[in-house]
Amino acid sequence: MTTDTIPGALALACRAVTPAAPRDAVAGVMPSWVAYPASLEEASAVMRAAADHGLAVVPRGSGTKLSWGEPPRQCDVVIDMLRMDRVLEHAAGDLVARVQAGVTVAQLAGVLGGAGQQLALDVPPAGAARNGSPTIGGVLATGIAGPRRLRYGTPRDLVIGVTAIRADGVITRSGGKVVKNVAGYDLGKLFAGSYGTLGLIAEAVFRLHPLPAATAFVTDDVYGAAAVAQAVAAAAASELAPAAVEIDRPARGGPVRVGVLLEGDPGGVEERAGQMRGTLGAGSVATRSEPPWWGGAPGGTGGGPGGTLIRIAFWAAALGGVLEAIDAAAGAAGLDPALAGSAAAGVLHLSVRPGAAPGAVAAFLDGLREALAREKAGAADGEGPPRRGSAVVLHAPADVRELIDLWGPVPGLDLMRAVKDQFDPGHLMSPGRFAGGI
Amino acid sequence: MIETLIPRMVDICGPSGVISDPLELRTYECDGLTSHRAAPALAVLPQTAEQVAAVVQACAAAKVPFVARGSGTGLSGGALPRTDGVLIVMSKMRRIIDIDPVSQRAIVEPGVTNLAVSTAARPFGYFYAPDPSSQIVCSVGGNVAENSGGAHCLKNGFTVHHVMGLQIVTPAGELTWLGDGTGASAGYDLLGAFTGSEGTLGIVTKIVVKLSRIPQAVTTLLAAFPTTGAGGTAVSAIIGAGIVPAAIEMMDALAIEAAEAAVHCRYPAGAGAVLIVELDGPEADVRRDSAAVRALCQEAGGGEIREAADPEERAVIWAGRKSAFAAVGRITAAYIVQDGVVPRTALPRVLDRIAALSAAAGIRVANVFHAGDGNLHPLVLYDDSSPRECRAAEELSGAILDLCIEHGGSITGEHGVGMDKSKYMPKMFGADDLETMQLLRCAFDPAGLCNPGKVFPTPRLCGEVPGVHRGVHPLVAAGQAEQF
Repeated sequence: MTTDTIPGALALACRAVTPAAPRDAVAGVMPSWVAYPASLEEASAVMRAAADHGLAVVPRGSGTKLSWGEPPRQCDVVIDMLRMDRVLEHAAGDLVARVQAGVTVAQLAGVLGGAGQQLALDVPPAGAARNGSPTIGGVLATGIAGPRRLRYGTPRDLVIGVTAIRADGVITRSGGKVVKNVAGYDLGKLFAGSYGTLGLIAEAVFRLHPLPAATAFVTDDVYGAAAVAQAVAAAAASELAPAAVEIDRPARGGPVRVGVLLEGDPGGVEERAGQMRGTLGAGSVATRSEPPWWGGAPGGTGGGPGGTLIRIAFWAAALGGVLEAIDAAAGAAGLDPALAGSAAAGVLHLSVRPGAAPGAVAAFLDGLREALAREKAGAADGEGPPRRGSAVVLHAPADVRELIDLWGPVPGLDLMRAVKDQFDPGHLMSPGRFAGGI
Repeated sequence: MIETLIPRMVDICGPSGVISDPLELRTYECDGLTSHRAAPALAVLPQTAEQVAAVVQACAAAKVPFVARGSGTGLSGGALPRTDGVLIVMSKMRRIIDIDPVSQRAIVEPGVTNLAVSTAARPFGYFYAPDPSSQIVCSVGGNVAENSGGAHCLKNGFTVHHVMGLQIVTPAGELTWLGDGTGASAGYDLLGAFTGSEGTLGIVTKIVVKLSRIPQAVTTLLAAFPTTGAGGTAVSAIIGAGIVPAAIEMMDALAIEAAEAAVHCRYPAGAGAVLIVELDGPEADVRRDSAAVRALCQEAGGGEIREAADPEERAVIWAGRKSAFAAVGRITAAYIVQDGVVPRTALPRVLDRIAALSAAAGIRVANVFHAGDGNLHPLVLYDDSSPRECRAAEELSGAILDLCIEHGGSITGEHGVGMDKSKYMPKMFGADDLETMQLLRCAFDPAGLCNPGKVFPTPRLCGEVPGVHRGVHPLVAAGQAEQF
């Protein structure tokens, strides 16, 4: 098939199909066509037509994270979801919203904010995004969350219903429109963070939260891994109900900024901010507005596709050891990655600047993974999960990608493959983008 | 047939860990839903994860179905044994392996009771947030299977939000981990999909749970209202004001009357409804929210409003609510408890409809419910010696679930589908939806031996090719259309 003739099946399935242009490449792989479905039915018809012709499909929202994951093994049709951009329902009294996948985070925040409500996810800045705000579908598919994951969790914790289109075009729903619901399997959890490899997320229902009446940030500069770990642990263990405990370190050897977010009633927040200053120490300051580094990519790097962005997860008690291990691995590899993230939740992002030697990045990653594999101290040694952490490369330049496994060891991979085979037996949904070549 | 498995099971679990005597097996013939009964062909009581794996391997090799059971408090027949199968009783696996307060994690075995986790974490200043009413007895493994909730899940979320890792035995008998305890492990969120799968995807052998900080302050308010409608207005006003209480519970007049008779909880006499609102968190915020809640209750027509000054008074307020099911049991020969959910804003309409249905059927309904999240627990009272009443109660129960679905809700908020509600699943989900859910089942349990017959009204043979392209479309066959 050539790129300038759109097969009749695709054209009949969707009114807007175009030949792909270079800017439609997915992690360097050129698709042949881009389909722009405007409705659930049209999206389903595209998927069915693609399946009938053995065409591999990659869903796309705003494209802010299209460089994440491995390049697809095959990519014939990009399904652009931006025309499915309606907030279908905002039941303010029920704190629930039902949206199409192409709604952007900014657009939804505008609608919900009018009613004093929010989808409580801090989506990291778009970085080198072409199109600005990420879509809800993209956020769900990549499972990303920012500082307030400590209090509100990640997309999988807030999604209460999903309408997805299977690889064979079948429209399928799970969950519902009520927060409390245990009827049937919760496939929203499965689709969250699945990188478009199980089906096309078309609509989602979320539980909402009220916007806090007031917020305060208590921050301090701390030196040394042990002191950082102690400050973070003290903030997390306080009775002051922090919504986030973040750290940010632009460069090795420099101070680590520790920041605590408090949310709630204005009077209560002010009182608690004072108490939190007592917890963090005399040098700490309380502000109403968020510090410039808050929730951003490490070291303000923007997390653009030129560099390498790594997400590490660990049990929070290991923070001090993990910070030391990062420095040891980076020192050995001759790198100076910036780091930032939700320290109390045990999730950090590391950013290696563009142009770093691919071999050094690979060595750094190996060092990190070895150190994380050792983190299983305590009474439960041998009885808990065999690994208590992971280092996943979210994106890396092609020359780095060639040397590394983006995902590292993943527990339960055999079951994940079995799930993939059931949902997408032809392996036509974003093939090869996910862990273990899924 | 199953007798041939006994020697192998004795090898694995020891002689005292295998029960084959029919009389003894009757102990296990039902869970908390006593209307469904079936004695297992064999029961085993493993003590380690490796034993569970070996038991499942033996069942898989012999193609014998198996069902896991925790404390047997489930209310949907999820742990109902198979008469042709093995019941795997998890209650001997009750070690609390580790409490890690800095990581806010605990590692426990599945037979540990829900409350025991909080008790073990308390010295460190932490608790385990999901709190089903049966928490003194129910097991954490059972909670994982059912994705259990409880009165405080309005603010704190359900079991799925507090489980960070699971060691499971797959239906093929392999030990594996889902999630690494971090809450951000790589790959598909099988941990999330497994939680709440009602024992149909495997058996949990270890659980990493998240621990939550014990709040600085807790206050519990009891407000009396003339009607459930007025109480519902107060609930909407509280939520509308941006307050997220830890719990908002409501009881109607009949439930109050029963509770009063049973536990003397001293609820205001003659109230048409009482609301229990619990607020927790930092002291300053709780103080302010509590004043706001009082004002909102008064505006909504609340009469007497009490505030528990200490843990003892709090316990008295909760005693009425927590004993409600048992208390209602004392004023009726039998009752059915339903677990439907409606959007919170639909509560007043749905309660009116339930009252109308109840009057028309001549069957009393007592309402006890988690008002904050719209999770109803209507108790349908009937005389089980009257065939007419049995039928009418069953019909009324079904009609209440229909109402929930009609209002965009769910047939179950926390009790699970189990054996009891699988017949209602096609009312809530389409055939394609159910078929897609079963894809997950087929990935985990292609042989269909792991708690079969639960959740789904009809089993799916995993060899079938999914999708709509089975055979030739009739129009194509008739030459009236073309597929491409």
